[in-house]
Order: sequence, then structure tokens, then C-alpha cells
Amino acid sequence: MSAIICKDLCKTFRQGEEVITGLDNVSLSIDAGEFVCLSGPSGSGKTTLLNAMGGLDTPDSGEITVGSQRLDQLGKGELADIRLNSIGFVFQAYNLIPVLSARENVEFIMQVQGVPAAQRGQLAEQVLADVGLQGMETRLPAELSGGQQQRVAVARAIASKPRLVLADEPTANLDTHSAAQLMDLFVALNEDKGVTFVISTHDTRVMGYARRLVRLQDGRLISDEAQQPHGMAQA
Amino acid sequence: MNVTWVLAWRNLWRHGRRTWLTVGAMVFCNLLLVFMISLQLGSYQMMINNSLAMVSGHLQVQHRDFMADQRMRDSVPAVAALADSVREALGTEAVAARGQAFALASSEDRSFGVLITGVQPLYEPSVSSFPGLVSRGRYLQADDRDAIVIGAVLARNLQVDLGGELTFLGSGRDGSFAAGVATVVGIVDTGIADIDRVVAQVPLVWFQDVFTMADAGHAVVVRLDELDAVPAAVSTVSSLLAADGDLRVLDWDALQPGLRQAIQSDMASGWLMYGVLILLVAFSVLNTQLMSVLERTREFGVMLALGMSPGRLARLVGIETLLMASLGLALGLFLGALLIWYLSVAGFTYPGMEEMAARFNMDERMYPEVSLLALAWGPVTVFVFTLLAAVYPSLRLFRLQPVAAMRAV
Repeated sequence: MSAIICKDLCKTFRQGEEVITGLDNVSLSIDAGEFVCLSGPSGSGKTTLLNAMGGLDTPDSGEITVGSQRLDQLGKGELADIRLNSIGFVFQAYNLIPVLSARENVEFIMQVQGVPAAQRGQLAEQVLADVGLQGMETRLPAELSGGQQQRVAVARAIASKPRLVLADEPTANLDTHSAAQLMDLFVALNEDKGVTFVISTHDTRVMGYARRLVRLQDGRLISDEAQQPHGMAQA
Repeated sequence: MNVTWVLAWRNLWRHGRRTWLTVGAMVFCNLLLVFMISLQLGSYQMMINNSLAMVSGHLQVQHRDFMADQRMRDSVPAVAALADSVREALGTEAVAARGQAFALASSEDRSFGVLITGVQPLYEPSVSSFPGLVSRGRYLQADDRDAIVIGAVLARNLQVDLGGELTFLGSGRDGSFAAGVATVVGIVDTGIADIDRVVAQVPLVWFQDVFTMADAGHAVVVRLDELDAVPAAVSTVSSLLAADGDLRVLDWDALQPGLRQAIQSDMASGWLMYGVLILLVAFSVLNTQLMSVLERTREFGVMLALGMSPGRLARLVGIETLLMASLGLALGLFLGALLIWYLSVAGFTYPGMEEMAARFNMDERMYPEVSLLALAWGPVTVFVFTLLAAVYPSLRLFRLQPVAAMRAV
């Protein structure tokens, strides 16, 4: 069963007089439970494709389906609902709310999702424990290391038990050890809970974790290959 | 625990100094409004009471046509007896009968038109501040007959002093020629030249003789302790009068219509100033919230990306504003209540007020009106306008695009 189907996606940006191609007829199908890396140099279209898959940006043309829903045909409100309940996002800069503790950051998104107040605290602690942050629930983001903050971001992303997690350069700000821990966590979530991961990166260490590597260049898909994951050690 | 409220509260203190400055502006505005409104309303009470005390009292019984035409024949029969009845019905001594006529007053060399008022010397001091304004000589006494108290300007114009005689010529109630001679026993200085130029008071009994009034007069004047008592007193006094008779009861508003207009005019200019003050505070809050929204554009972009609706973000900003406004309201009400309480005990004065008060027989200090309106109007209005000030920053959130917002620095 396909988690994501992209068909002939095109997207251009205007920068002054210059028209920049973000996506050039990209077609791609990702099955549920896959662990996919989008790779390519800066400006190759990784983030643009990821944003389109997450309903954060709309393509100029083409079709994009997540689960059973055509994102390119939905309005802003419906897209927000899908992002809230079906897709988890992990960003390069963690993007935690600085005045909320680790638990509150996770609880906040649960509250928006409508999780009853009585269950939120316990669920948030469970999710934080799942990402290895037991005992750090009350710390503010500023009191956590980069790797720990990214784990909180992951906890926030998986709090709604999404079937799909989109991660944009998630290890870019992390040291090797933290990056390895984060990728191990992604792999565990993928293997244990069947969560589909699509990760954009130009970090070869991260690519080693993927079972499928999609390469982009100048907005075009130039290769799409299955690979044997080998982790960071052989990168 | 509602995380949205926690988030809103903590967001306020990301820039604690800015929040305190904004709340401080609200509290300052609230205090200023409480101070000015309570004193303004208090000064109106004082203004009304002083004006009413000078001449008209809080209410009068008159012939139904006297107010409009001031004719001698539009009189109140058995006016002293009616005053006794009113005194008994209201349970107050501050009730006095009066008669009133225009006459020509002449000294040896000069003549001037005057408004001559017949008063009951025993009761007039309890309804009017006029007797207390005698600057030379004395006021009328119960056993006086042809004695007269006149205004200082009139005395100067007539070139008459204490002990001097004045001759009056006028028309009696029946249209006959009225004339009398009275001795000046007192000179009054109200400080208001228009009054001091024409005023003359004589005993009611002598007035009735000279102007052929028999036992009639033109008004029964009542002075009350407070304005709030007027409607009930009007009702009580009206019940003493024949329903189909010629007499009617007029309250202070009917007796001095210009007084309410003057107050309303003053209030209008006051409200305009308060409105400007409130708008300034509202713009200060607008500025704070707009800055707060703009500097968190990236954060809001992330929230949108995570699936939050713009409406929910707007609600967050609304809650932040509500909390800030509530802080301003609570502090404003608390400090405002303290201020009103202090002023209600100590009063308020300014340089020169004591001299003016002594001159015009007024209180030496102003006292604020202690009421919910005086205390709450300003802070509650500031609160409402503060909330309205959050509308524009909140609306901007509906224009945010997640991707563009997340790129914001």
C-alpha cells in the first residue's frame, strides 16, 4: 500500500526576475513502512518535495496523494488537519517552543489534537520515554542539548501516532554521536511501529540508514535505488 | 493543565520589561481615569449643590405659570402654611417660603432695578448659602420688618451703606402701586457680580404687605442633603398638592436647566480627553502585540506546519492580550480603589482653592464620587480597548504561510 504518491510534480519560485525550478516533473511512490532518504545538493529540491508531501506547500502542477487523500485538491484547513493528525514533522532547527518544557511541548500538540486533558500528561511522558528522555520532562529546551532537543521534536512528531514522519535535515545541527542516536531512534520507530520515514539530507552518514535512496538535482529526480542499510559506521 | 494558557502566560514574560511597560501604561491610564472621573463626578455634585444652595434649592413648589413668565399674580396661596406642611412631610427644617418681585430701588441720588425677594429669616439660612455670604452688617432676623440685605455691587451703585434707607417702587399682586422704605442691615458679596448687582432680600411678611400679597408668596423652597433624595421628595411634596390645582413641584433640573447643560458640556470635553488617553494606551498594546507576533513569525510558522489552524494561533494571541489586560485591570482597580478611598477621606485641593472656597462659601476641598461607575468605568473601558487592540495582530496570523513563515528570521 502506498503512503505517498507524487505524480509529475512541478514547482517554480520567482526570485526577482529569475525563475527558479524547485521541482521538475517529479514522480515518486513511497510504500507504507518504507525508510526513504531524499538526497542531493543544496537547491536540488529536497525540501520543496518534502514540503509538498507534507501539505506545507502546493505544487504548481501534478498530483500528490498521502494515504488516500489528494493533497493538491485540499484547502488550507483540511491540509492543516492532515498535518496535525496524520503526519509528523521533524525540522533541522528543532523548532521547539522555548517557554514550554519538554513535556509541555509534546502536550501542547496533543491538546491541539483534542487528546483529553486527563490523558495528555501520561501520554506525553510515555512518548518522551520512548525517545529516551525519561527524567528530562520538566526541562526547558534551553536546558537540553541539541540531540535532546531533537528527540523532543521527534516525540512531538510521533505524539499523534502518525503513519508518516517527514524530517528535513534532522541531523544537520547534531554531532556525530547525537546524529547516530537520532537515526537509531528513527530506525527503531520504523521497524517497531511501522512508521514511514522520509528524510531529506545531504549527510552521507544519514543516507546509510535508508533502505531506499532517492537523489534529486536541479529539481529533477535523477535516481531512485533500494539499498542495504548500513548505518553510520560504513558511511 | 491547559497548555495554551500556560504558553500564553509564559509568552508574556519572554520580554518581561516590555510587558511590564505595557501593563504599566494601562495601570497609569486606569489610575488617571479613576482619579479624573471620580473627581469630575464629585465636582459635579459639588457644583450642583453649590448652585442650588445659592438660590433655587433642590426643589420648589410654584404656581404652574410662574417659572415661564415670573408674573406677580402667579402666586402660591398661604405660602408659609404650605412651607410648614412640606417641612413636616419631609421631616426637615430646610424648607422656606419666598415671594419675589421686580422693583425700582432708589437711594438719595440713584435708582436701579432690583429683584426683591421676601424670605423667612428663620428658615432661609437652612435652604440657601446666601445668608452666609453677608460681608458686612448682618442677615435678616425673625423680628425684622423693614430691614433689607442687598448685594455689594448694588450698594456701590446706589451709593448706600449699612443703616441707609432705600425706597422701593413696583407693582403689587393686584396691579396696584407698591412702595416701601427699608433700612439696609447687611451687604452680601457672593462674588458673582450679576447677582450682587440686583439682589435684595427682605422679610416675607413685609414683602407681602408692600406688594399686597396677603398670605401668598411665589415659592416654597426645599434643600435636601443629597441629589439622590430629590425624586422621593418631589413625590412626597406632590402628594400634598391638589392634583387639579395650580401648584406644581419643580426639581432642580427644571429650575436650573442650564446647570445640567453646563455639566453635560463639561462631561463631553472630559470624555473626549479620556477617549484620546484610552486610544493611546490601546495603540501601545497594539504595538506590543504586533511586535510580539512579528518576532515570533518563525515560531508561528512551525505551529502552522504542525497542523495548528490560524484561528488557534489568533486565540493564543488573544489569550496573551486577555492576560495582560486582566493584569492591568486588576492592578488598575486595586490602586484606583485605594486612590478613591484616600481622596474620599482626605479630599483634594489645589493652590488657590481654599481662598476661592472661602470667597464663594464652598467646601475647601473637593471629594471624589465614590461609586462603581467612577471606579470601574475607566479600567473596564481600557480593558475592552486593549482586547480590541489584539484584533489586528491576530488577523495578520491568517495571512501566514507555513513555509514562508518558517524562513522568517
